[in-house]
Amino acid sequence: MTDASALIREPWEDFARQKEGVSFGFWIFIASEVMFFGGLFFAFAVDRYLHTQAFRIGLQHTDLTYGTINTALLMSSSFFMTAVVRGAPAGLRRTTVFGLAVCAALGVGFLITKGIEYHDDISKGLIPGAGFPLRPDATQLFFGFYWIMTGVHAIHLFVGICLVLLIETLIVLRRLPLQSPTIEIIGLYWHFVDIIWMILFPILYLLGRWP
Amino acid sequence: MHPFALYSTVSGYATSVDNFFFALTLLSIIIAGLVFVLIAYFSVRYREGSPHSGGRRPGLELEITWTAATFFLFLFIFWWAASSELQALHAPTNTLDIHVVAKQWMWKIEQPNGIREINEIHAPIDTPVRLIMTSQDVIHSMFLPALRIKQDVLPDRYTYLWFTAKKAGVYHLLCTQFCGTEHSRMTGRIVLMTPQDYAHWTSTQQPAQSLASQGEGLFRSLGCSGCHGPNSSVHAPDLAGVYGHAVQLSDGRTVTADDAYIRDSILLPRKDIVAGYAPVMPSFEHIVSEDQIVRLIAYIKSLSSDRVLNAKGERK
Amino acid sequence: MTDITLDRLPHVEAASLSYLTEGHTLGSWLLTTDHKRIGVLYALTITFFFFIAGAAISVVRLELVHPHGLFITDEEYNRLFTLHGVIMVWFFLVPSIPTTFGNFLLPLMIGAKDVAFPRLNLMSWYIFVAAGLVTLYALIAGGVDTGWTFYTPLSTFYANGNVIAAAAGVFIAGFSSIATGINFIATTHMLRAPGMTWTRLPLFVWAIYATSVVMVLATPVLAMSLLLIVAERWLGMPIFDPANGGDPLLFQHMFWFYSHPAVYIMILPAMGVASEVLACFARRRVFGYVAMIISLMTIAVIGFMVWGHHMFVAGQSPYANLIFSFLSFIVAVPSAIKVFNWTATLYKGSITLKAPLLYVMSFIGLFTIGGLTGLFLASVPLDIHLHATYFVVAHFHFIMVGGTVSAFFAALHFWWPKITGRMYPDAWARIGAMTTFLGFMVTFLPQFVMGYDGMPRRYHVYPEQFQPYHVISTIGAVILAVAYTLPLFYLTWSLRYGKIAGDNPWHATGLEWKTSSPPPKENFEHTPVVTEEAYFYELEGVEDNGS
Repeated sequence: MTDASALIREPWEDFARQKEGVSFGFWIFIASEVMFFGGLFFAFAVDRYLHTQAFRIGLQHTDLTYGTINTALLMSSSFFMTAVVRGAPAGLRRTTVFGLAVCAALGVGFLITKGIEYHDDISKGLIPGAGFPLRPDATQLFFGFYWIMTGVHAIHLFVGICLVLLIETLIVLRRLPLQSPTIEIIGLYWHFVDIIWMILFPILYLLGRWP
Repeated sequence: MHPFALYSTVSGYATSVDNFFFALTLLSIIIAGLVFVLIAYFSVRYREGSPHSGGRRPGLELEITWTAATFFLFLFIFWWAASSELQALHAPTNTLDIHVVAKQWMWKIEQPNGIREINEIHAPIDTPVRLIMTSQDVIHSMFLPALRIKQDVLPDRYTYLWFTAKKAGVYHLLCTQFCGTEHSRMTGRIVLMTPQDYAHWTSTQQPAQSLASQGEGLFRSLGCSGCHGPNSSVHAPDLAGVYGHAVQLSDGRTVTADDAYIRDSILLPRKDIVAGYAPVMPSFEHIVSEDQIVRLIAYIKSLSSDRVLNAKGERK
Repeated sequence: MTDITLDRLPHVEAASLSYLTEGHTLGSWLLTTDHKRIGVLYALTITFFFFIAGAAISVVRLELVHPHGLFITDEEYNRLFTLHGVIMVWFFLVPSIPTTFGNFLLPLMIGAKDVAFPRLNLMSWYIFVAAGLVTLYALIAGGVDTGWTFYTPLSTFYANGNVIAAAAGVFIAGFSSIATGINFIATTHMLRAPGMTWTRLPLFVWAIYATSVVMVLATPVLAMSLLLIVAERWLGMPIFDPANGGDPLLFQHMFWFYSHPAVYIMILPAMGVASEVLACFARRRVFGYVAMIISLMTIAVIGFMVWGHHMFVAGQSPYANLIFSFLSFIVAVPSAIKVFNWTATLYKGSITLKAPLLYVMSFIGLFTIGGLTGLFLASVPLDIHLHATYFVVAHFHFIMVGGTVSAFFAALHFWWPKITGRMYPDAWARIGAMTTFLGFMVTFLPQFVMGYDGMPRRYHVYPEQFQPYHVISTIGAVILAVAYTLPLFYLTWSLRYGKIAGDNPWHATGLEWKTSSPPPKENFEHTPVVTEEAYFYELEGVEDNGS
């Protein structure tokens, strides 16, 4: 077990306080991300209210299979991330290393599934613009949101996977101690991205699919 | 062109706005003056080395007093402003409706009798006038400073301005929503005339064909009468007398058939289906232009119940 | 532990070892994690942007001398005022006081060694510089002519120019803002020295804290608005396009939901500066310390609820107009309270009219006028007439320039001795302060009148009646340009030839004055312990239990 005092950075004088501070700072960052996605969800909600029928029609053309697979993948990944966040401060090296690896793998699985789904969507012509197959025109608005929302989420997930792999590498090389505050905040970030998906999945795949 | 005046008597509304403005200006000068004078006075009286420095200052009671005073003063100003706004909220009925289509970088005006103007509006005084405005491209804004009114003009929507002017003259018409390269050149005039002069002006303009009669031509040539006409075999709502009245929709709502409703019916016929009718009307989006919509609406407005006959030639 | 009631702490000679002299290489500056050096880096960067945006508007003001224009085209004119707005808002005003004085002073004022996340702090500066370079490229190499407000559908479908790159640049700058806000909030919560309770904090710290909360919560909404514009323009994703059921008004709502709180980001730190300087040069505590804190936080919160007052004629419901109008009046109340409290701080004080105080008086006067004209704009019938005219231009310049920039200069002149260890010649500084005030009034007072007369903003050519106002305004702009350039000379001069300042040349309270000028890298030799309230100046006698 690495000596926690080696982890102290200026200006902190007490490791426990530093860990608390890092966690607190990251929660503030999460608040900013909530406002970021919140703006998008608000815009979606307003447009859905104004064009309910068109949004229902649009939603019926998203692929529920891919969506469900992705939901399962992300939820499972959060389970493993929880294990990491609990295990690391308790010194469980193997749990931490294994958990991070599975997390990243499941995340990559999500992105691959999403990629296949995007490919399918494109071949069905579901990109707003000339030649869009659905009517009325406001279904294009739904798909505008679909592409943007899932795209921004995927970018966030990609960043998360990169960070998970980075931390994984540093831990395996014993360059990052298990007590590091970084592990808790990567857990926070991962769970946040999962929660965003928990909102995206119903509004893009479920709401109004079945009359 | 009349130069700008700091006090407008061109309409009753403009005058009331100016009265409010000057009252607020006076109040602001008093408050700002008080602050300036106090700061200057304190700077002198309590200069370093002054015998008056130091000692007790008032406490919480002063803080509460000026907080409450400010709050109630601002509440009063809000009330004055709000009551003025609420009075001007609803357009009177029987307005003279003038259509405005804005585009980069000009104003196209269509008088009800079919006269077209570019960058100029002729209108009578002592008459409620309503501008029905839309844009062909970006957001513009119609600003009539002498009348103290302004409204943004949006694409795919109608927005409205109304006024009752009482002083004839020529005044500025300006675009006030930045709309691209020649925004500052998208200006013109509003020419306010006595009703007699306006009538005279109207009669000397070409063409004589009113918006409504142009609309009647379009109604036929676009095929509207194929379903909405009296001899149609298609079950389509009768448009006689529909303008301005309540319409029952298939989803239970009741709406008023105003300009926006008629426009939507032409472009988005699936949006509000009339109760008892199937959603079979095709959309005329990309088929009719804004100018043509204006004429069709004018025609539909002109259809009062007693002018339409049914298939047997009997009055409905 | 050292008691801060001692006048100075034992220390080594100021000139020999300080944050400025520890490490002379370029690398030691570009890789620093010292909040003081980062503050200086930011100061140099925003000064650069200030003069670029200032140059742009100088061309505009010269062009406006003639109603038909003189030497530039419509397109060039539109690009210039857009450049001015974009750079001034996001690359000068929003960062100005927080990233320079906030960075430098926050840890010092609370008795800490640095901010909570020093490496994040450095990264925020790099992000800021990158954002600035991208934006400058967009604005100059291609030009953007949408105005700083990017309204759709003009920005998404009709504007030629580098809208996407400019939006991207501003998007990136937002990250810098958010990072700074996170840092400051965490620092204030977690790194206060022993005894430095929340109610002993200087008001500048409270102001920076309130600003940081707004930065963290508002900026992401701007980021999303810009992202959606880019998605629509570049990828064809219809969000605001009415042809597909979208609503251009939705963009305005999202944009102003950020941009109104943004103006509070610009003014709250300035208010903090005013309190510090007034207390020092009146030799008394700030009148109504608790009321000042409540005002700051109230402005920050209610500032999120008034955005619709930018949209009274946009096509919004008249009932929404009423609500936004009402809330806009409410948010004006705490600002008024602050003005009264500042004035009362001078009451029975012992006043010396040094340059920082002159700048703060300028701030109070111009902010008061600007704030009062806000009441006009909060009234719907008046705003219907005044919206998008020069009245609005004058209003926000009174607040942002008359207010924030005056306070920035006040801060510069107050803390210059602390930051550099040198005094500047006060006579020149006072001339600068008075010239600024004069130049400002000449530039912007006529704009209220011509705006009321109907002169629209963003107009290259204009009706001839307005020419006299424009000529006066341009003359004022020339005076302002001189006033703003003047400090460059005597402040630079002072770095070499100025009198050595000593720890506390103003005999001010505040922990930053208890260490050397310039401070050592670690700020304090020993962590201070705080036993007194803020602003315990000598005129606060025992019997005075007023404010």
